[in-house]
Amino acid sequence: MKPKGRRVGGLIALIGFTVLALTGCDSPKYWPVLSPQGPVARSEYYLIIYSFILMLLVVLAVFILFFWVIIKYRARPDNADYVPPEIEGNAKLETLWTVIPILVVIALAIPTVAVTYKLVYPPKVEAATAKVVGKSITIDVISEQWKWVFKYPAQNIETVNYVNIPAGVPVDFELTSSGPMNTFWVPALGGMEFTMPHMNLKLWLEADHPGSYLGRSAQYSGRGFANMTFTVNALSPTDFENWVKSVQQTAPKLTQQAAAQINKPGLIGKLTFSSTTPE
Amino acid sequence: MHGVVNWAVHFFMLDEGPLIWLSDFLIICASLGILAVLTKFRLWKWLWDEWLTTVDHKKIGIMYMIAAILMLFRGGTDGLLMRAQLAWPNMHFLNADHYDQIFTTHGTIMILFMAMPAIIGFFNVAVPLQIGCRDVAFPYLNAISFWLFFFAALLFNLSFVVGGSPDGGWTSYPPYVENQFDPGPGENYYLVALSITGIGTIATGINFLVTILRMRAPGMTFMRLPMFTWSVFVTSVIILFAFPVLAVALALLLIDRDFGSHFFTVDGGGAPMQYVNLFWFWGHPEVYIVILPAFGIFSEVISTFSHKRIFGYSAMVVSMVAIAILSFITWVHHFFTMGAGPGVNSFFGVSTMAIAIPTGVKVFNWLFTMHKGRIEFKTAMLWAIGFIPNFLIGGLTGVMLAVPPADYQYHNSYFLIAHFHYVLIGGTVFGVFAGLYYWWPKMFGVLLNEKLGRWHFWTFMIGFNVCFFPQFFLGFMGMTRRMYTYPAGYGWGVVNLISTIGAFLMGVGFIILVYNILWSARYGERDVTGDPWDGRTLEWATTSPAPHYNFAIIPTVKGRDAWWLMKQNGESINGPKGVPFRPIHMPNNSGRPFIMSLFFFILGAGFVFQWWILAIIGFVGVLVCMAQRSFEYDDSHYIPVEEIEKTEAAAGRL
Amino acid sequence: MSNAHTAVHGEHHPVDPNVPLEYQGEENSLRVIGFWLFLAQDMILFSSLFATYIVMHGRVAGGPTSQELFDVTGFTIETIALLFSSFTCGLATYEMRRGHRDAMIGWILVTMALGLVFLGFEVTEFIHNVGEGATLQRSGFLSAFYILVGTHGSHVTVGLLWVTLLIFQLLRRGITPVTARKVFLWSIYWHFLDAVWIFIFTVVYLTGKVI
Repeated sequence: MKPKGRRVGGLIALIGFTVLALTGCDSPKYWPVLSPQGPVARSEYYLIIYSFILMLLVVLAVFILFFWVIIKYRARPDNADYVPPEIEGNAKLETLWTVIPILVVIALAIPTVAVTYKLVYPPKVEAATAKVVGKSITIDVISEQWKWVFKYPAQNIETVNYVNIPAGVPVDFELTSSGPMNTFWVPALGGMEFTMPHMNLKLWLEADHPGSYLGRSAQYSGRGFANMTFTVNALSPTDFENWVKSVQQTAPKLTQQAAAQINKPGLIGKLTFSSTTPE
Repeated sequence: MHGVVNWAVHFFMLDEGPLIWLSDFLIICASLGILAVLTKFRLWKWLWDEWLTTVDHKKIGIMYMIAAILMLFRGGTDGLLMRAQLAWPNMHFLNADHYDQIFTTHGTIMILFMAMPAIIGFFNVAVPLQIGCRDVAFPYLNAISFWLFFFAALLFNLSFVVGGSPDGGWTSYPPYVENQFDPGPGENYYLVALSITGIGTIATGINFLVTILRMRAPGMTFMRLPMFTWSVFVTSVIILFAFPVLAVALALLLIDRDFGSHFFTVDGGGAPMQYVNLFWFWGHPEVYIVILPAFGIFSEVISTFSHKRIFGYSAMVVSMVAIAILSFITWVHHFFTMGAGPGVNSFFGVSTMAIAIPTGVKVFNWLFTMHKGRIEFKTAMLWAIGFIPNFLIGGLTGVMLAVPPADYQYHNSYFLIAHFHYVLIGGTVFGVFAGLYYWWPKMFGVLLNEKLGRWHFWTFMIGFNVCFFPQFFLGFMGMTRRMYTYPAGYGWGVVNLISTIGAFLMGVGFIILVYNILWSARYGERDVTGDPWDGRTLEWATTSPAPHYNFAIIPTVKGRDAWWLMKQNGESINGPKGVPFRPIHMPNNSGRPFIMSLFFFILGAGFVFQWWILAIIGFVGVLVCMAQRSFEYDDSHYIPVEEIEKTEAAAGRL
Repeated sequence: MSNAHTAVHGEHHPVDPNVPLEYQGEENSLRVIGFWLFLAQDMILFSSLFATYIVMHGRVAGGPTSQELFDVTGFTIETIALLFSSFTCGLATYEMRRGHRDAMIGWILVTMALGLVFLGFEVTEFIHNVGEGATLQRSGFLSAFYILVGTHGSHVTVGLLWVTLLIFQLLRRGITPVTARKVFLWSIYWHFLDAVWIFIFTVVYLTGKVI
C-alpha cells in the first residue's frame, strides 16, 4: 500500500519543515506562526507543538495497527478457505480504547484551559493582582472597508494601514469595526481576534524586540479583503517616543475630508495624522 | 427600449465577460440537447410517469444520487477555478468579484446541494430495504422533499447566469451580507434556496425517524438494526433539532434584506453575532449530519468485505449517540475569536475535544472488525480503507483546532481549510464513493467496473492528499481563506501550485468515475443474484434492483445481520415454502409534489428579485396544492397476487 | 392512504372498539407520531425566535420600548380568547370521540370564532403600533417582536384555513378513522399554538411590561 508510506513521509516532512522554519534564516517572514516573536505567540506556539506531538503519537499508534491489520488479514489466494470468526466484541479492549482517548483529552485540556485564561491578561502581569508590570499602551483599531485605522488615544495620533508599537511593552489593541466583520491578525506576534461593529474586543500582543511584522484581516469582508494588510513596526521604546513626537509635530491633522476618504469603500496607502478626531 | 436592453444585459450578466457567455452557451446547449433527446425518443411520458411523479423510495434515491453527482461536478468546477486562480501569485484569471462568488457557491453547493442529497439519497436507497419494509412512512412527503431540494438547487445554480451569485461565503456572516454592503439579488438566492431545501430536509428527517421507529420488519429490534440504519436514525434526530434553527437564521436575514428589519444590521440595534450563533447552532450538527451516515456506510462496507460482523456493535451505537449529543454543545468553537471569554472558550474547547473519544472508539472498532477477517479490496472497501488514515488526519487536526489559544492562530487560515477538507472529503465524499460502489448494483442491477474503480480511487485519493496536505503549511505561513490573490514574496506560490496540481488530479478521478458509470451502464457486469458481495443485511436478500414492492412477504428477523443468518440457515427471504402471497398495498404516483415544488420555486424567485406578484402566485399555488392533497382520499392501490407471483418467479424465488 | 406499511401485515386493520378512531390502523398511528415530530421541529423554530427576541429586547435604537408599546387590555383579551379556544377545541375532540358530528363541527366553529377574535386583536395591535411609528424597520427590538408574534399569528391563520377544509370533509364523509385523525392532528396543532402563546404572553408581554 504505497500511499500510506507517502503520508508518513508527509508527516516527517512536516517535522522537517518545522525544524527548518525554526532554524532557517528569516523564518518569521515565511513561517510567522511557527516562529513566534512575542510572548503571546510563543504560548500559542507551545500549545500548537504540544498538541501536535500528542496527535502524532495517536497517528503513529493507529497507523501501525492499521497497516498491520490490512496487510496481515488481506484476502490471498492461499487463504480462500479461511472463514473469519464472528466476534461480538471485547469488553477489555473496548474499555482500553475508550480510556486512552479520555487520558489524551485530559492531557490536552489542562494546558489548554490554563493558557486560555492566561491570554486574557497582558503578557507581563503580576499573578496576584492581574495588573501589568511596568508600562502598557492602548491602541484603538478600527477595520474599514478595506483598510486598518489605528488611533493612539493617549498620544492623540492616528495611522492608517501601519502601526508602530514599542518593543517589550504589552499593547492593548481595542478592536472594533465600522461595518463588516474582520479579524485582526499578526501571526508572528499572536493569534487573531474579530473586529465587529458596536463591539469592543481586547487583544493583548507584545513584540520581544524591534522588527517589522505583517498583519492582515482573516475574515472575508468584500471585494478588497485580500488587500487588507498592514505592517506592525516594533521600535525600541526610545525610537517609539521619538516617532510619536515627530508625528505630533510634523504630521497633518485629520480633516473631515481625509476621514470621509478613509470611510469610503476602497483601498488606500499608509497615512499618518496628528489627531484622531476629524476637524 | 434602450433602457430595457441595458437592464436585460445587466440582468443576464452579459456584461460580465466570457466566463458567463460560455456558461450561457453550455446551459442552452445542454437544455436543448435534453429536450431534443426526450422528444426524439418520445420519452416525455416515460419521464413523467416513471420519475417526475414517482413516490418510490428507490427511484427517489436514484434521482438524489444523480443530482448529487451533477452538483459535485458544479462544485468541483468551482473548486478547480479557485485553485487555478490561486496557483501562482498575482494571477488575474478571475477578478475579486468572480472569485468571491465562486468560493461562496463552491462551499454552499458542496455542503447543501452535494453532500446532503448524496447522503439522503443513500437513506432512500438503503434504509427501507435494510429494515425490511416496502417504502418510507410518508412516500408522498418523500417526493416533496426531493423536489424541494431539486428546485432549490436549480434556483441556486441559476444565480450564476441571472443576476449574480451570492458572494458572502457559505457562512454568509452579516453585516457584510446586508443590503448596505452587498446589494443585489445574489445573497437572496442563497437565503431562499437554502430555506426551500431546508424544508425538504426537515421533512426527510421526520420521514426516516417514523420509518425506522415504526416500520421495521417483525423481529428487527433496535439492537438488530444494520449500522447504516442506526446512523440514519441518529442523523434524522440531529436534522430535526438543527435544521429549524437554520430556517430561522435564514428567514431573519432575508427579512432584513427584503423588508428592511434590523436583526443583523450595523444600525438600528442589529446584533450580527446572533446570526453567527444561530448559524453555527445548525452548522456544527450539520457536519455530523453529513458524516454519521458516512460512518454507517463504512461500517457496512468494512463488515461486508472483511466477511465478519461489526466489532463492538453496542459501542458503535453508543458512540454515535454520544457524537450526536456532543454535536449540539460545541458550536462556539467556530468563533473562539469573537471574544466569548476564557470560561466559554474553555468549555467549548474541551467539549469539542471530547468528540474525539467516541470517534476514536469507532475507529478502533473498525480496525478490529477487519482484524481476523478476510479483507477483500473491492473498490467500495478501498474507499473505506482510505477513509481511516485520511479521516484520522482530519479528525486529529480538528482536536488541534479545538485548543482555543491555538485556534487564534489557525482560525480562517488554510490550516482550517485543510482540516475540514480532510474531514469532509476523507469522511463524507469517500463515504459517498464507498456507498456508490457498494449499492450501485442494488440501485441499477449493474456492477461498476472494478479496474476503473481502482483508478478512480488512486487518482482521487492521491490528488486529494497532494491538494490539501500542503494547505496545512500554508496556514502556518499565514495565508487566509477567501483571498482571491496574493503577492509574491511570502513563499506561498510553490505550495499553492502543488495544491492546484492535486486538485486537478482529483478532477481526473471524477472524470474516471463518470466514465466508469457510462461504461458500466453499457458493458458492466449484470448483477443477477441480487447479492454480489455476499452481503449481510436485508437489501441483499432481494433482486437487484429490488421489485417495486421490495419484499413479496415481509421477512421475519431472527438476529443481527439478518440476511447473513438466513443464508447460514438456508432460509428463503420469502419464508417457508407455500405461504401464499397476498395483494400488496402501495401508494399511487402523484405529480403534485413536482408541481408544488415548482410553485415554491416561483415563490422563491419572487423573494430573490422582490417581485411580489410572482411571490404571491407561487404562494397561492403552494396553498392550493396543499388543499388539494387534503381532499385526496383515493391515493393507493393494490398489487394483485398474479403480478407478485410473476415477479417472484422471474427472480427465482418461488 | 399513500403508504405501503399497511401492507407490512397484509391489509387494513379491522376497527378495534377499544382504540380511538384516530389511532385506528397503522396508517393513522404513523401520521400521529409524524405530526408530533413535526411539532417538535416547530418548537425548535419557536425557541430560536424566542432566543433572538430575548437578545434583541433591549436593542430599541431610540425607538419605543416594550413598556411603552404593549397594551395590557389588548393582550389580555387575546390571551383569554386563545386559551378559551383551546378549551372549545378540546370539547370538539370530546364530541368526536362520542361520534356526534354536528356537535363537533359546532365546537370547531366556536374555536374558529375565538381564533378570529384573537387574530383580530393582534392585527389591530400591529396596525395601531405601525400608526405610531413602531414599524418592523424601526429597531432590532421591533423586528424581533413582529417576527416572533407574527410567526405565531401566521400559524393560527394556517390553523383556521386548515380546519375550514376539514369541516367540508366532515360534512361529506362524517366521522371516519381518516377524518377523525385529520381533526385530531389539527387539534394537537391548535393546543400547541396555545402553549406557544403562553410563552409569548409571559416572555414578551408580561416581562416586556415590567422591564
